[in-house]
Amino acid sequence: MANKQGNPRYQRQTTLKEFGETGQEKLGNSRVLVIGAGGLGCPALQYLAGAGIGTLGLVDHDTVSLSNLHRQVLYSTDDIGLSKAFRAADILEALNPEIDIIAYNEQLNPSNAINIISQFDIILDGTDNFASRYMINDACVLTNKPLIYGAISRFEGQIAVFNCDGEDGFTKTNYRDLFPHPPAEDEILNCAEAGVIGVLPGIIGTMMANEAIKLITGIGTSLINRLMTYNSLTNQVYEMEIQPEKESLSLIPENIAAFQASNYELMCSAHPGNEIDINSFDQMLLDPSVLFIDVRETNETPEVEEFNYLKLPLSGFRSAMEQIEAENVVLFCQSGKRSLSAARMISEHYGNSKKVYSLKGGIVAWKNLRRV
Amino acid sequence: MRVKVLIFGQLTDITGESEIYLNEISDRDELVEKLNQQYPALADSKYAIAVDKKVIRQNIRLDDECTVALLPPFSGG
Repeated sequence: MANKQGNPRYQRQTTLKEFGETGQEKLGNSRVLVIGAGGLGCPALQYLAGAGIGTLGLVDHDTVSLSNLHRQVLYSTDDIGLSKAFRAADILEALNPEIDIIAYNEQLNPSNAINIISQFDIILDGTDNFASRYMINDACVLTNKPLIYGAISRFEGQIAVFNCDGEDGFTKTNYRDLFPHPPAEDEILNCAEAGVIGVLPGIIGTMMANEAIKLITGIGTSLINRLMTYNSLTNQVYEMEIQPEKESLSLIPENIAAFQASNYELMCSAHPGNEIDINSFDQMLLDPSVLFIDVRETNETPEVEEFNYLKLPLSGFRSAMEQIEAENVVLFCQSGKRSLSAARMISEHYGNSKKVYSLKGGIVAWKNLRRV
Repeated sequence: MRVKVLIFGQLTDITGESEIYLNEISDRDELVEKLNQQYPALADSKYAIAVDKKVIRQNIRLDDECTVALLPPFSGG
């Protein structure tokens, strides 16, 4: 790429004394990944491309639809049905041919996330579901990448900068310091169900781009370890400080292998009393925050020695379940019937404050499969 | 002893207002308990709690005239 000294394309920003040619050079050398080329991703991508981010990556597996266009202003009516990733890449390329754009027309998942994220310096989360948000958070913690988080709900937006050293030079927070466990996907409405005025993701997505530019160039004060909320109806802004919590790190997969084995969709999609199969059961065994409970009566066999669990027999379960503190609970019994009744008891008692699963086929099925 | 509670996002569907005042509350746990009594659906909701603009997970004493914010997670994008 040509020497950008005095490039007239960037003249309006290099004129700023805080920014200058040095700031421009920093942007040109940076690699930023935007996950989700939707309501938040579109404005973020446009401004980041315009500003001259050297390498701009974008991930989206979706296609453009008519109901996207009121807020995803990168696309036109003619683009309906086309891949968002490829279409966005073409439009951004036309906007600024002097930068490199890498489009990933695929869904980010635990198997490809680490590889993609590792290639960038700063990650922007513009996704629209909790499974992706927790996965991206955990991946950024494991790969030590600054994460610019933005999310919206009806007339309100949230924005924060995670996994970045604070003013003291070492305090880092992540999304789990704010919300340790994902809610079930049906607990919180998404944009399709709740509705949104197009301008709101425009504002929040633009703020995300602004945070990225500040982080890269080192100007201003960024939202590191702080969460900002914005209300588009009242124009009220409320900011709060986030502190690191010991518990959060125990909820994040221990290493990349454990991350790749995690099932984020499952974590976020389970309904109370949900039955899980043996593979999901095994995946949950990797999560130290999950409490396993045997609801069989004492002395029933086979005995389980392969993992740690609590014994709360179904006969006294109703009163015994009062002592359950964990938010994520997996129950098992001989065949899966009693554990399902116990799961129902928990969900009736605790409502959505606990996520409870029952092992389908029981411990007999699990032992049989594990023996092979 | 008065505590101001700011309610964000869809939690306002439960409380009906974005700002409420509670009296005679000494700590965070007591506040949650009182909110759950007053608005039972809150007990089933996930939210972070900030006391005077600091997100707090553990129980702490609440000072007179402090402001508590209830913040649900947002997933939209």
